[in-house]
Amino acid sequence: MHLVAKDFLKDKFEEEPIRKGFGHGLLEAAKQNEQIVGVCADLTESTQMHLFKEAFPERFVEVGVAEQNLVTVGSGLAAMGKVPFVTSYAAFSPGRNWEQIRTTICLNDRPVKIIGSHAGLYTGKDGATHQMLEDLALMRVLPNMVVLAPGDSVEAEKATLAMAVDPRPNYMRVTREATPIFTTADTPFEIGKAYVLTPGKDITIIATGTMTFPALQAAEMLYKDGIDAEVIHCPTIKPLDATTLLTSVQKTKAVVTVEEGQIIGGLGGAIAEFLGEHCPRPLKRLGMKDHFGESGAPAELLDHFGLTAKHIAMAAHQLSQ
Amino acid sequence: MQKLTIQELELKANTIREDIIAMLEHAGSGHSAGPLGLADIFAALYFDILKHDPTKPNWNQRDILLLSNGHCVPVRYAAMAEAGYFDKKELMTLRQFGSRLQGHPERQRLPGLENTSGPLGSGLSQAAGMALALRMNKDLFRWIYVVMGDGELDEGNVWEAAMMAAKYKLNNIIGIIDRNNIQIDGPTETVMPLDDLKKKWESFGWYVIEVDGNNIEAVIDAAAMARAVVEKPVMIIAHTIPGKGVDFMEYDFHWHGAPPNHEQAVKALHELRTLGGKIKSEHQ
Repeated sequence: MHLVAKDFLKDKFEEEPIRKGFGHGLLEAAKQNEQIVGVCADLTESTQMHLFKEAFPERFVEVGVAEQNLVTVGSGLAAMGKVPFVTSYAAFSPGRNWEQIRTTICLNDRPVKIIGSHAGLYTGKDGATHQMLEDLALMRVLPNMVVLAPGDSVEAEKATLAMAVDPRPNYMRVTREATPIFTTADTPFEIGKAYVLTPGKDITIIATGTMTFPALQAAEMLYKDGIDAEVIHCPTIKPLDATTLLTSVQKTKAVVTVEEGQIIGGLGGAIAEFLGEHCPRPLKRLGMKDHFGESGAPAELLDHFGLTAKHIAMAAHQLSQ
Repeated sequence: MQKLTIQELELKANTIREDIIAMLEHAGSGHSAGPLGLADIFAALYFDILKHDPTKPNWNQRDILLLSNGHCVPVRYAAMAEAGYFDKKELMTLRQFGSRLQGHPERQRLPGLENTSGPLGSGLSQAAGMALALRMNKDLFRWIYVVMGDGELDEGNVWEAAMMAAKYKLNNIIGIIDRNNIQIDGPTETVMPLDDLKKKWESFGWYVIEVDGNNIEAVIDAAAMARAVVEKPVMIIAHTIPGKGVDFMEYDFHWHGAPPNHEQAVKALHELRTLGGKIKSEHQ
């Protein structure tokens, strides 16, 4: 797999917020397709839609602090052939407007592109109200919905371009704080695909979003300890890439999942459901375990809630014994 | 399409009412009062106001009719069948397994439906999105009509959309509120008072027309006036009688969410077929 050629443990990686990748991707997609419109609920710069707004003011819609209206206006725009990207914080959209998404977008099958920014513990000091941890679960349960969590800003840009041409309703979560860029312009991205980033034979680590980078670090730690871990990056939580997951899990002995969100209904839930039915394996799920976050620096919170490379490696060790 | 006379339109409304009663009795569940009260408005819409073609439901120059209060869909199905969108026999499949006529409307099942609705409060937002898209496309000769209930106005989503439509001066939206004063738990003014509805909408930046929603001529005139308004979206507050046309259902909120049983349906159909005793039923 084509990744930034550096040592994940020792080297310093360039960092950028994942949401910036969305902002660049939207601008690029909008240049390619004049049917793309942007709708925002009073968070234009925070969600990085300002680049689009400045370039295409006549295709930008400001709905104010009104998330129910945000997504439902999106449904109406899509009905008339537009490709609407609708943005807010994940805590509010899809946090507040789930029913409108269910009825007017999913059941009505309108290709609205929902961007939930400031997702996860990386929202840090704002505290539990704004640290959206349930978005993947909320969106994953809806028929017709595609659910994405890119691993870095470079991938988020590719994901945005892919969403712009995908005929289905899509949800993508993005992060506020800067996180390491580990993919390159040449790293492949396709909706519905999971990627083996580092091949291994002993244990499979499946990670999504911001947790893929620490998973890569954990694999290096484990290698030094004699455990050959295969890291799978799973930026599409729905639909899952069954082939890639099964190929890996059939060869290794155990599985660790890791995500910056609730394991109930999130990636951990999805993998447990999938493997339970198709290829049961000893499994540890790292993520939020049925509780909320709190204020603090992202690094403090990730350490407190067991979401660092060290914690991932520890979980793999426990499963390997 | 040749214009019908007001008298012919009134007969259409009566036929729509008969079909609603027959459908609901056959289905054994569904809402009676709202659809009956809306029959005149739907006769006016499908046979006079709307620019549409039942043989080409996706015609790209058609006006859009959104039903926001999806539970009133029997009136829409009956009007669509009467207009020729599908065979009237299909009306008797309402709410049955495999039917295109779902209990609440699903756009993808039946050509001619423009939205999927039931959960209240989202029609006006969809209308706003559609109206904006038409504006962006410089498509200035199509209107978005959206029918809403009055109980539905309890939903906050409605007022989010109301503010936005006024902000963007979406005069290509024509809202129609079915002001029948009832909702499931009782009279609207007891459940959640709407007070002076005209002032409410005006204060939100809308041009408001109040009309007798059971007077077809008045409804058609109101729609014509609404299309002439510039710079503002228009709300037609249509005062209707819930259960209109069936004496024992009129004004009674208990009929909001209930269908007639066989005996009640026979009585209701007799009343409709004789136009309230004015003529002799052909079925007698």
